[in-house]
Amino acid sequence: MKPNSNSQTPDRTGCLNITIYTPESSIRHPFGMIYNMFCDLFSGRELAWQLAVRDIRAQYRQTAFGLFWAFILPIANTITWIFLTNSGIVRICNTNLPYPIYVFTGTMIWAIFMDAVNAPLQQTAAAKQMLAKINFPREALVISGIYQTLFNSAIKIVLLFLVLMFFKIFPGWALVFFPFGILSLILAGTAIGLLLTPVGMLYNDIGKALPLLMQFLMFLSPVVYPIPSTPWAATLFKLNPITPLILTTRDWLTGFSPEYLGHFFLINVLAIALLFVVWVVYRTAIPILIERMSA
Amino acid sequence: MNETVVTVENVSKKFCRDLKSSLWYGMKDLGSELIGMSHSNDGQLRKDEFWAVKDVSFKLKRGDFLGLIGRNGAGKTTLLRMLNGLIKPDKGQIEMRGRVGALIALGAGFNPILTGRENIYVNAAVLGLTKKEIAARFDEIVEFAGLGEFIDMPVQSYSSGMAVRLGFAVATALEPDVLLLDEVLAVGDEGFQKKCLDKMGELIKSGVAILFVSHNMHAISTYSSKVVVMIDGFHREYENISAGISKYRGQFSNDSHETIDKFCSGNDSIRFIHIEVVTKKLQPGDSFNVRLIYETIKDYMDAEVDILIRSNREISAYFQATNKAYKKVINLKREHRFLNINIKDIRINDANGDINIAVWAHHRVELLFWCKIPVEFLGTDHSTGNTFLDVAYDIS
Repeated sequence: MKPNSNSQTPDRTGCLNITIYTPESSIRHPFGMIYNMFCDLFSGRELAWQLAVRDIRAQYRQTAFGLFWAFILPIANTITWIFLTNSGIVRICNTNLPYPIYVFTGTMIWAIFMDAVNAPLQQTAAAKQMLAKINFPREALVISGIYQTLFNSAIKIVLLFLVLMFFKIFPGWALVFFPFGILSLILAGTAIGLLLTPVGMLYNDIGKALPLLMQFLMFLSPVVYPIPSTPWAATLFKLNPITPLILTTRDWLTGFSPEYLGHFFLINVLAIALLFVVWVVYRTAIPILIERMSA
Repeated sequence: MNETVVTVENVSKKFCRDLKSSLWYGMKDLGSELIGMSHSNDGQLRKDEFWAVKDVSFKLKRGDFLGLIGRNGAGKTTLLRMLNGLIKPDKGQIEMRGRVGALIALGAGFNPILTGRENIYVNAAVLGLTKKEIAARFDEIVEFAGLGEFIDMPVQSYSSGMAVRLGFAVATALEPDVLLLDEVLAVGDEGFQKKCLDKMGELIKSGVAILFVSHNMHAISTYSSKVVVMIDGFHREYENISAGISKYRGQFSNDSHETIDKFCSGNDSIRFIHIEVVTKKLQPGDSFNVRLIYETIKDYMDAEVDILIRSNREISAYFQATNKAYKKVINLKREHRFLNINIKDIRINDANGDINIAVWAHHRVELLFWCKIPVEFLGTDHSTGNTFLDVAYDIS
């Protein structure tokens, strides 16, 4: 078998037998690098599952309210906004859905996106000790984060359906596409989260600034109110790459025909490209991060 | 069996002393790697950096057992981490063949909330076992850990020794070609340490190459086929195990015990003028003489002289007694002016240490004199214990 430079995992699945470590950058051998990346992704699949099961179990074992915590934040958000509009403090222009439904679906979808953004940094930071001491396919951490986001999303989605049924909103055939909406949100969220991870591991500034930025981003997205009619604000909303994802997902969920389907596909293609690039960055960064974290 | 499985060639690694610069260099390294350049400044030191590992080379074949020794901070763990691929070398090249098992920290990946049983699955997966392999070895792991009913308790209630038992049990189920062990057995109890050492012996026989970091010279000398002593990032390889261990122990001579250290040399009525240690180098079996010279204007009857001989290693004292333990009376009289103490038949097999002498009067109420003198011990070749029991030894 041909020796591969700087491969992360020694022989686990028969992908490689000899492992060579040199100071050379693995980017110099792009084909070997891509081969190793998919090898590791494949060999890390079981570990990712084990880690996700471990974290989900542990997460809910030490709580009294259990699964309740998966949707408490979006519910609190919904109640706040219903209060703000009903009391007349905030005036929202007309939405195509009853406002409570609009806010509730918006905040739930946003919460799923936020989970996906937070997961890579959270998972990597929590596994700091493990990363510094064990060589395992690092991709498993990211995949495990995605599994956990999917699990928490499933709880939210069940709740969404219950509420929609209560309000007698039946989306019809479009519901078939709804999972693609959710997956796109998780895809985009993971790409953004993974982009921030390498720097976020070195400097805590990222972790501190992230909630602030996400809040800001939420108010630039049609989450709790529709796209405003003021031209400059509308442009800002439309430039926000998350806008088509949220609108399309919500439309599929509530039975409207999606307005921004073209944008939706474009954003997905871009997100896949971004995800691949940040994956390379992540792999390259891990040994450097370990060195700096535990020196 | 003669296949080389580990080849380390001129490997170096640098570290940074300052946190802020370290983080900034990390960003720079990431940047230069992403544009395809080798990271960390082409192997040149930057401000605040130093070599943690410098120019290390060695080879390991199947069935080899390399003992890696050196004082704290000599670069042993850094070297192991490079071998395991956790961090990249800044210079040189490492080649590993086959499956590598590493115990750089036991129980990394344990979740404290989950039970031992649940953690076995996760830990084994982290170390690279498939679900099938884990299931096949599960009972063996549980048995080797020997935790009894604790196996179903959350790991956060485990003692550190219990966590190590579980960790080692999982790691040895890995069946690696190369095993890297970093001072992992120290917290296990004696029974478990023995079990682990036996297991290592078994692994060597089956053709596993082991690299073992330890401060337990007995374990090192029992299994090593060669030792590498790390000194401030540099390495020296020894085929002769006891020579390597002597080299390691010899380093501790520079440890601030160079000069005579006096704390108290008398009072208004008595002065200790000079102390002579006649024997400077002690071999096992030697006698040891101290001569104290003093001036006094009054007699101190029934004084007590406390002598402590110890090596520099950790907390080990090898001899401590006062004249009263041997029922000897010491009177410091005006006309005598000197005191000779002779201790026969020293049994220390170590590199260096010091001698502490304290003189007390009035039943340990008044300290008249206290000093610490460095002393060199000459160890006996081919014995790695701390004390050397010289017995009649014959082979017919």
